[in-house]
Amino acid sequence: MLCQICGKNPATVHFTEIHDNKMSEIHVCDRCAEEKGLQTPGAKPKFDIADLIAGMVDTMTNTEEERVGRVQCPRCGLVYSSFKETGRLGCSECYQAFQFQLRPLLRRIHGDTRHKGRVPERDGEGVSLSRQLQRMHDELQRAVEREEFERAAELRDRIRRVESEVAEARLEGGS
Amino acid sequence: MSGPARDIEQLANTPSPWLDGTGPRADLVVSTRVRLARNLTQVPFTHRARDEQLQGVLASVTGAAARTPSFGDGWLIRMDAIPAVDRQVLVERHLVSHELSDGARPRALLVGPRETLALMINEEDHLRLQGMSSGFALHDAYALADAADRELEQSLEFAFSDELGYLTACPTNTGTGMRASVLVHLPALVLLQEIQKVLKGITQVGLNVRGLYGEHSDVMGNLFQVSNQTTLGRSEQESIDSLERVTRQVLDAEEGARERLMRDARVQIEDKVWRAYGLLRHCRTVSSQEVINLCSAVRLGVSLGFAGLPRIGVINDLLVLTQPAHLQRSQGGELTPAERNVVRARLVRGRLSAAEDAPDSTS
Repeated sequence: MLCQICGKNPATVHFTEIHDNKMSEIHVCDRCAEEKGLQTPGAKPKFDIADLIAGMVDTMTNTEEERVGRVQCPRCGLVYSSFKETGRLGCSECYQAFQFQLRPLLRRIHGDTRHKGRVPERDGEGVSLSRQLQRMHDELQRAVEREEFERAAELRDRIRRVESEVAEARLEGGS
Repeated sequence: MSGPARDIEQLANTPSPWLDGTGPRADLVVSTRVRLARNLTQVPFTHRARDEQLQGVLASVTGAAARTPSFGDGWLIRMDAIPAVDRQVLVERHLVSHELSDGARPRALLVGPRETLALMINEEDHLRLQGMSSGFALHDAYALADAADRELEQSLEFAFSDELGYLTACPTNTGTGMRASVLVHLPALVLLQEIQKVLKGITQVGLNVRGLYGEHSDVMGNLFQVSNQTTLGRSEQESIDSLERVTRQVLDAEEGARERLMRDARVQIEDKVWRAYGLLRHCRTVSSQEVINLCSAVRLGVSLGFAGLPRIGVINDLLVLTQPAHLQRSQGGELTPAERNVVRARLVRGRLSAAEDAPDSTS
């Protein structure tokens, strides 16, 4: 049997991974196994995520795919199509820049899109308010997309109220 | 950074403290690890950052770490300052990943005072913090990593969003950034061919499991790594609890399989274990893979309470010290695979003979 990655050398490492209840076997040569980090139990195969993303865009039309591929992160300049190839984002800002593409991907990977774990302690008490704000901003964006302008106006007013509360809390905290 | 003088050669001659065979269920669970992924908010992720930016990350992280109790007495190893064989020693000890060990970019490893805590700097994420424990000790391993994380965040600003949690280079780690894993030894389930059923069960509850296969699809060492798959939508504690619960069920299944084996095929099992021990004790040339497989049989014997075999810790030490880079570094030179096999056999015989002579080293 030949290596499934390079197709040249005989496959000497036979690797089994079970993912989403599907067992897949990978037969590769020593060299490719090392390159892909398959030989250490601690390392993870790097093509996983790229495959997953590739699987997701199958449902898109070519023009849609091209348009989405050109979306660019304003901070680091990464375009979405290159994330699709590598499976790695360029900077923390990319999460905002690609939020509409990432949300279904995150849901598919994790079954959820909301963090429920630990928050950095340095953020202190401001977190719950800023979390509320983030949610309202998300909702506002969705309302605008659906052209629900009354709902959007209502949300905008609520966001303003919460933002002024946050500002007051900061002033009090700083005095 | 101050601390006891240490070097890679010394490391290559020393067993890993977190593989000493102590800890809960150490006969069935080799080790537990918890990894946390973190990034500095102002710098692009490692693969998009320029070398100068990564130098900056290195400086901020080591500066912050020097002020923490967890790493205050740590050992900093710059990957671009050591030769390939030394980097490989660190890979074999699971202190660094293949990615960190490429030596081409400003990357470093910071090892805590007892080698149970390690921080990779400029891996896929700027920080990869790992807590390690011998045996089945998820809460201990998490506590180690979590304490260091909290200490570091006092002076580092990690990329974090209220909605998505810790932001990582790969979206598979977004959220808690935590990967908890348990390395389990399941020889009876493999022998009885029940392993696939058990592994499938593990994945149905959102966990991931990987086995390592050698030539001809033989399972290497009957070792499997069970870990959490998801990092978003579940707290660290929930992920750890569910991993712990499922691992317990797997261990129960393995114990059930062992009981049946001992009831129905006691002589065959005893024969397998003692033949493996005889080979290790008297071999004159042996490959890395063979050591792993023979150690698996001996470990099963120890776990079943066969008198006269070495302690689990002795077996774990063999798995660490007989790896290619460890052998070459402890022998002080480059060796061909054939030479390594001879040196490896000598090391194995020597350590087993020493364990037989020391009464407290045998079970």
